[in-house]
Amino acid sequence: MKDMDNKIPQTVPIQSATFSNPINAEIRRAAATGIYDIRGGGAKRRVPHFDDLLFLGASVSRYPLEGYREKCETKVVLGTRFAKKPIELDIPITIAGMSFGALSGPAKEALGRGASAAGTSTTTGDGGMTPEERGHSTKLVYQYLPSRYGMNPNDLRKADAIEVVVGQGAKPGGGGMLLGQKISDRVAEMRTLPKGIDQRSACRHPDWTGPDDLEIKILELREITNWEVPIYVKVGGTRPYYDTALAVKAGADVVVLDGMQGGTAATQDVFIEHVGLPTLACIRPAVQALQDLGVHREVQLVVSGGIRTGADVAKALALGADAVSVGTAAMIALGDNDPKWESEYQKLGTTTGAYDDWHEGLDPAGITTQDPELAARLDPVAAGRRLRNYLKVMTLEAQTIARACGHNHLHNLEPEDLCALTMEAAAMARVPLAGTDWYPGKAGF
Amino acid sequence: MQTYDVAADGLRGLNQALQAQNEETNQTAWQVNNPKGAHAIAVGLDAPIKVTVNGSTGYYCAGMNQQAHVHVKGSVGPGVAENMMSGVVEVDGDASQYAGATGHGGLLNIKGNASSRCGISMKGIDIVVHGNIGHMCAFMGQSGNLVVLGDAGDALGDSCYEARFFVRGSVKSLGADCIEKEMRPEHIEILKDLLERAGADAKPEEFKRYGSARQLYNFDVDNAQAY
Repeated sequence: MKDMDNKIPQTVPIQSATFSNPINAEIRRAAATGIYDIRGGGAKRRVPHFDDLLFLGASVSRYPLEGYREKCETKVVLGTRFAKKPIELDIPITIAGMSFGALSGPAKEALGRGASAAGTSTTTGDGGMTPEERGHSTKLVYQYLPSRYGMNPNDLRKADAIEVVVGQGAKPGGGGMLLGQKISDRVAEMRTLPKGIDQRSACRHPDWTGPDDLEIKILELREITNWEVPIYVKVGGTRPYYDTALAVKAGADVVVLDGMQGGTAATQDVFIEHVGLPTLACIRPAVQALQDLGVHREVQLVVSGGIRTGADVAKALALGADAVSVGTAAMIALGDNDPKWESEYQKLGTTTGAYDDWHEGLDPAGITTQDPELAARLDPVAAGRRLRNYLKVMTLEAQTIARACGHNHLHNLEPEDLCALTMEAAAMARVPLAGTDWYPGKAGF
Repeated sequence: MQTYDVAADGLRGLNQALQAQNEETNQTAWQVNNPKGAHAIAVGLDAPIKVTVNGSTGYYCAGMNQQAHVHVKGSVGPGVAENMMSGVVEVDGDASQYAGATGHGGLLNIKGNASSRCGISMKGIDIVVHGNIGHMCAFMGQSGNLVVLGDAGDALGDSCYEARFFVRGSVKSLGADCIEKEMRPEHIEILKDLLERAGADAKPEEFKRYGSARQLYNFDVDNAQAY
């Protein structure tokens, strides 16, 4: 057989790993518009996460508990340090703060319904507390934010806990912007601003700076609420050891730690993807700070940012958290990014699972909108039921794992139950690389 | 007349006693002695009572006040009357940073000077400062009136929304999107009323009015240099 022709072999087209198609598309978009990309959600890039950990399960050295028979407790009490009335929850999974304004009224109602049915708490957000939300939430955490939109002492006294928000994982060090198209009459009135203008949420609190001031601010909040309700301090994942230590020093009952996968209603993509720490990297330093101060379990740690499954819950608790918080996952349970809206997502230039222009107020699922017609698409009763189911499933999953590891309470999960699949995860979680007894940074190696 | 000694009997008891008052109370006059710079004095009140604090206070005096008239016969630390909803807070001396921060209503009447960020994020409160104010006052001010009989420091009204600022003296500089505005008859009336209520010896015609140019209300990349 002879050569069929004299074709010279060609170099195949090679896409640049540095200048990939998505990067090039963003360069072209920036060049055409002159403005950075704003979107909702958390970091989409791949970062070390709970998927990089595995539970070891019981064996000869441990014996498991019988599934469906032997009890595995899930209750958690938050705010045992100073508050006269700590929050008692049936499950260690709470709903993260999301504002009325960013979300529709029915969506907030659904969050309250679902959380209450599952025996847990939900949280207000920037913009204040709505009567519907208070009415449908058995346990409601009131966020105290830099903007103080809608903040008033009457609502403060109605809260079951107060969360002083210093930062969030999607944008630690950054404020927010609720764009004008989402400012309905009601949202405008609650925030004391004209309708239709962009509403900037400040990045710093207006009347305190630093941990010494925060301590006095917490004193004021306790004095106003008769020292009854727990005070949480929420921080974005940046310097978790020091931030946790300073929150404890300032008098927090609970520290809420939000990693970079945690969502936001709207901020710059460059901020979401390039500032902050993965959730996995935050937990052990925060727990270390609590242990060094002798307050682990006395000051509770709530972890959020990319919690999706009962396995994630169990892993966060095994690393030392007392509870977790879900935001994006709760929205998905309500109906966000549901494939049934695919044709509408395509009209918006996106697709199911990728829709993140929550700030534009055009959400086909009726969740991140203030458009009455779109908002009416969400049935708060049915959506609340879906959220309850989802929370229950996560709890069952976490219990399944805990029993397999021989624990009769989710809080008895411990780092020793875990191993890591990657060096990065081993280093961040401080658990051994699978099949070894070593992790990077461990003394003696 | 009720009296309470903060140094002897503690902060908790004071706030509990004051917060226990309601619309029908007959304990309408309180004297608070020996505050000695304590923080969070007379916070979270919600009753038509008169509280006189005999001395200077620390942070957040009269924070989140509703209905009450709190009169401090001294100076106050940061955040006096923060997030006040209604009532009157009167300060004989000077006020530190963030006076009246995020206040929704009521009158904050400062007889001396106020430091930086007075009226930051104000949401409807009226503030009258008989002396001077520091820098970055009324930053992101949303609603309400800030009246200054003396001078204003740098960046007055930076990134403000619909709050109004009346200054009798000089303004060192205006913040982003804050401009001098025409003093119309309705503004004279507002100012006259505020000056009377604050017991200020000044004429409305002596003031200039400042407020938002409303150029930064909706994000525009061509304004990026202003941020």
